[in-house]
Amino acid sequence: MRELSVGLITETVKKLCIDANCHLGKDVQACITCAQENEPWPQAKEILGRIVENFQIADEASRPICQDTGVACVFVEVGQEVHFDGNLTEAIHEGVRQGYAEGYLRKSVVKDPLNRVNTGDNTPAMIYYDIVSGDKVKITVAPKGFGSENMSQVKMLKPSDGLEGVKNFILKAVEDAGPNPCPPIVVGVGIGGTFDKAATMAKKALLRELDERNADPFYADLEQEMLEKINALGIGPSGIGGKTTALAVNIETFPTHIAGLPVAVNINCHVARHKSEVL
Amino acid sequence: MAMELKMPLSREMARSLKAGDSVLLSGVIYTARDAAHKRLCDLVAEGKELPLEIKDATIYFVGPTPAREGDVIGSAGPTTSYRMDAYSPTLIALGQTGMIGKGKRSPKVIAAMKEHGAVYFGAIGGCGALLSQCIKKAEVIAYEDLGTEAIRRLEVENFPAVVIIDSYGNNLYETGRENYLASQK
Repeated sequence: MRELSVGLITETVKKLCIDANCHLGKDVQACITCAQENEPWPQAKEILGRIVENFQIADEASRPICQDTGVACVFVEVGQEVHFDGNLTEAIHEGVRQGYAEGYLRKSVVKDPLNRVNTGDNTPAMIYYDIVSGDKVKITVAPKGFGSENMSQVKMLKPSDGLEGVKNFILKAVEDAGPNPCPPIVVGVGIGGTFDKAATMAKKALLRELDERNADPFYADLEQEMLEKINALGIGPSGIGGKTTALAVNIETFPTHIAGLPVAVNINCHVARHKSEVL
Repeated sequence: MAMELKMPLSREMARSLKAGDSVLLSGVIYTARDAAHKRLCDLVAEGKELPLEIKDATIYFVGPTPAREGDVIGSAGPTTSYRMDAYSPTLIALGQTGMIGKGKRSPKVIAAMKEHGAVYFGAIGGCGALLSQCIKKAEVIAYEDLGTEAIRRLEVENFPAVVIIDSYGNNLYETGRENYLASQK
């Protein structure tokens, strides 16, 4: 058994919250820069230039890239040989509390969905645990803004809807979203599992590097095909027309029931934030 | 070439703007988003006075991050506007001439814009660090308890925006996309 201090968990979560919100991942930076070079529509090219300028300013000055510093989605892979010296969940919430205070990040969480009073410290975090083998702990913090979260959809398709049904649903979600989720977007897709499993996979798909394709060639091809189809819609950066509507489509799948074909589409804006650390 | 526009925005000036115009806004604007809009409309329903001069006002839909010491404001980009659709027609009827946000608006908002002469500007979503540099002064004038959602009086200089929907109902989200797609044929 490896003993791990929950104090270290808090420190790490705090650091990752600030880091993720101020410093955009290199993969996303490269992808937007490349899209800017290849964008044929002048107004769209100009907007992508401003987007590049924005993440550079944020990076240099350590300021939040976007004012919606999100709800803190925290993904934790816990090695089953690890023992903690205190309450792990509480330690994560405390890390979020400290990170959002010390990093001058926006507190965007309300205590009750209908009574809507701000909790004042951006807690609780949304925590996703996985128990894995080994004696390490991997923590990923992905601040999720709600401009794009609100444009996400889940649908329980029929097995007979098949591949075409899945493609149409992904395109419909992007079309319905239009200019709202701050395109260019990253499209996370979960196919299979159950109602909730599909949604969780769609969210986890957003954690993948943008230049990394699904390991299964069938789904890697589907990701590429859907990216091309989405970028043929013409929505463009900020929704005012152009080629660059999406930066990537990341698909995750899981076995499902003989009667079902759940599909979830979790949309992310171009500020596709996530930072990880292994302890 | 972007057109320089002085805030507050007169109705005549609002009527002169066309969807697709690039503008640089300078002068006084106000911030308000979901919770503040609800309170403003509750005041209107009760027949009470609003905490800001709504005539010719431009409201920026934004909830900024906290300002660091020495900074005017934190990151401050637009939030998605459709959540204000339930409230904007009431404020437009009282004389509001400008809105700054991002994303689609409802037919009811567009009808109010056409009837009373108001425009909807789009700022680039997700560019809060860049846009905050155009904000030279910020002061909370109402609803401090709402934190980021409080109403702030901002003085902006050359704040970049595009007219998305003009006071005649022309919509750049529709025409911009159509023009791009036509260019690809």
